[in-house]
Amino acid sequence: MKFAISSSTGNPDKEFSARFGRCAYFLLVDEGADNWEKISNPAVNAQGGAGTQVVQYLADQGVNAVISGRYGPNAYEALAAAGINAYLANSGTPRQLLELAQAGSLSSAAGPTGEGMHLRGGGGRGGRGGRGGRRK
Amino acid sequence: MMRLAVASGKGGTGKTTVAIALAESLSLDPDQIVLVSDCDVEAPNVHLYLDPDFKQSRDVNVLIPQVDEDSCTGCGICSEVCQYNAIILLKDHPMVFPSLCHGCGSCMLNCPENAIQEIPNQIGILERGIGKKNISLRQGLLNPGEPLTVPVIADLKKWNEGLSPQLEIIDSPPGASCPVVEAIRGVDFLLLVTEPTPFGLHDLKQAHQVANELGIRSGVIINRDGLGEADIESYCRENNTPLLMTIPLDKKIGAGLARGDTLIEIYPEYEDKFSLLYQEVIQIVKEVVD
Repeated sequence: MKFAISSSTGNPDKEFSARFGRCAYFLLVDEGADNWEKISNPAVNAQGGAGTQVVQYLADQGVNAVISGRYGPNAYEALAAAGINAYLANSGTPRQLLELAQAGSLSSAAGPTGEGMHLRGGGGRGGRGGRGGRRK
Repeated sequence: MMRLAVASGKGGTGKTTVAIALAESLSLDPDQIVLVSDCDVEAPNVHLYLDPDFKQSRDVNVLIPQVDEDSCTGCGICSEVCQYNAIILLKDHPMVFPSLCHGCGSCMLNCPENAIQEIPNQIGILERGIGKKNISLRQGLLNPGEPLTVPVIADLKKWNEGLSPQLEIIDSPPGASCPVVEAIRGVDFLLLVTEPTPFGLHDLKQAHQVANELGIRSGVIINRDGLGEADIESYCRENNTPLLMTIPLDKKIGAGLARGDTLIEIYPEYEDKFSLLYQEVIQIVKEVVD
């Protein structure tokens, strides 16, 4: 079993990143091993579809399980299709989270947990004054 | 035909109020057939004021790839060429994400096995009808959850069969990005509606820059004058942009609009003001042509 854990620092002993598609780094590690490998997220600056690009990349690396804070609808669908187990975490370092996952103490996402970021929140559409704060 | 657009940058400054007031003022002339195009396809609301009977409608489709699994060899070129990560290769099988697809066709064109064909994916609808004061209205409506507004706006602007207006007024979406560019592209003149607040001025500058980039002449309407201290007049002067109208902050206008009344119904004197504004716009457009 190979794990990928989202991280903003690439350090297994610093707080993990709850972002999946656009975290700065992934830490790859084999179950029961200490072979931490830091890889840059190739999708961090993707125009769109960061989640799907990351899933393809991780699947190509032979990853079987990911640990992150939330998964958008496209990322979740791709993870499910790739047969990658998506663990959910709130806080902790990658090293601690790996231990929790191996001990069976982390739950898996049963569906998308994030809104999905595709084309949302950017592009100068922040200011829909007087319209109930609807964002797109 | 004359084409005007109303934009603002910041949302809620009064684009729709202005678009409808202008349409109402100019539809008094029986020779003037006025068309309003509501391009705010995520939340079209002109219909709330013009109350049209939408008699015609049509779907908006984008073309998305469909992979023939029998001829696909799993080479992955489709996913490599996709700029939007809308098609990925998992276990040698391409997987399509319709909500990410922009319908560019690259995957189909680059597939060495011709294993990809395009199928329509319905993302919204267009509607057309005639409302109050014989004003024609067409609007786009994006399906909830769909991210792509631009194809809906583009299709709406092309849906011209059976329409021959002398004047089209485009109600643009807020913001200053792709949907606005698509909405105002090709117009003769842009009305920028703003409010004298720091937010209004900040977003006015952005929308104005978009217009300048597109080579579209524009003028400013200040709405809710008295609401804040932002110096819109100086901005207009310094940027050589005409200030065409000022509408005061007035509780009676706000209450009337909230009831569904139009500005002209609340204050009929705005009919003349908007007719004059239109004459001024025509002069500016003519100067450009000459």
